[in-house]
Amino acid sequence: MVEPTPADATLTEQLRRIEEIVRRLEGDEADLDTALELFAEGVERIKGAQARLQEAQAAVERVVADASGALGTEPLDSE
Amino acid sequence: MTGPGAGDAWTVARVAAAARGLVEEGIGQVWIKGEVSGLKSYQSGHWYFTLKDPDAQIRCVMWRSYASKVGAQPAEGTEVYVLASPTVWEEKGEFRLNCVVMLPTAGVGLAQQLFERTRAALERDGLLDPARKRRLPEFPRAIALVTSPDGAALRDMITVARRRWPAVRLLLVGAKVQGAESESDLVRALGIVNRLEGVDLCVIGRGGGSREDLIVFNSETVCRALAALRVPSISAVGHETDLSLTDLVADVRAATPSAAMELALPDRAELVRRVEVLARRLGNGLTRRTRLLGERLARTGDRLTLAMQRRIEQPRTRLDRLNAQLLALNPEAILQRGYAIARSAEGRAVRRVADLPGGTPFTLQVSDGVVAAHAD
Repeated sequence: MVEPTPADATLTEQLRRIEEIVRRLEGDEADLDTALELFAEGVERIKGAQARLQEAQAAVERVVADASGALGTEPLDSE
Repeated sequence: MTGPGAGDAWTVARVAAAARGLVEEGIGQVWIKGEVSGLKSYQSGHWYFTLKDPDAQIRCVMWRSYASKVGAQPAEGTEVYVLASPTVWEEKGEFRLNCVVMLPTAGVGLAQQLFERTRAALERDGLLDPARKRRLPEFPRAIALVTSPDGAALRDMITVARRRWPAVRLLLVGAKVQGAESESDLVRALGIVNRLEGVDLCVIGRGGGSREDLIVFNSETVCRALAALRVPSISAVGHETDLSLTDLVADVRAATPSAAMELALPDRAELVRRVEVLARRLGNGLTRRTRLLGERLARTGDRLTLAMQRRIEQPRTRLDRLNAQLLALNPEAILQRGYAIARSAEGRAVRRVADLPGGTPFTLQVSDGVVAAHAD
């Protein structure tokens, strides 16, 4: 299998890191200072992920090429 | 024209029977050449299939006694000669061929031959190698859709995308998906996809149609253009049962255009729930962590106190024990228990009979004083 395209590494990485933080907090190895740091980081990342999930609906566009072959897009009004 | 009288109207059965008579007597048993399509063999052993050529198709049945003599079941698209009697099935009012003999013509049908030849060429160049399949991006930001601007496929794909991941950008790269110009059009569209910035997935496809309608998706040049895409691809051509060469070349095959978008996009509602669960676990994790630390601190405190007590008590106990030992060794404590110490006039303790010759005075020390005595 060829490696996945890092299309939206931010959200993928975000979720992976949050899961890691939660696992460490649920485990016993972190001391209190580390636990507090991890917690603060987790909260920030959860905010980021939630913002990404609430992003507005994107438009559907149609790709058009002009006479010179240059590409542009225009809104697709099929909706 | 007046309405039909009571006795004038034909029954449905009479029309069907008449049609059957006309067909059976008018045509009789004939040899027919065509391609077998959609053959289904039931447990009974009977075969049901369609015989077609570019201009027409007829449903066929071949009863078990005849089917068993054909040998292997013909593959989809096999060109055959059948000896058959056209008839009308009165119960269903359907025109059918009752087939009694089936012989393959030179080999397979032309379309199938072409399919196999192209497939072999693609395979030779490694384009069907599973090792070159790319994984789809987990959260695509923009997807290029290579399909007809007017097809139902595009509408279906937009609907699914809106439901699952509304924030995804959809870029239609329109192309004809059947007919004479469709091959060059699809190749051009795939070339455009490679020039688009920010696109991280391409879906190529169309809705269902006849085998002839879907044939461009078996084109070698289309397949090679698809293989040359910079981004991962999903091929979604026709219905579940249709298999095209683009399906084999693309990184992922989807049964339908809607299914392609299901594969392409995560379900936002599900992810929102997943993040909520993580947020809850994060909070609980910290609470648990601090509680554990508190408990551990309390336990450490207890152990510390205990250790200090032990440090203080240990010497004291030892002192008490030594004291008791000393007390037990004090000779006076022995006198308390009824023993006496005999001492000579010089005050030395008497240990042997020889120490006290007859008439010698001595003293006896008992617990509360000294008694004077004489040896006899």
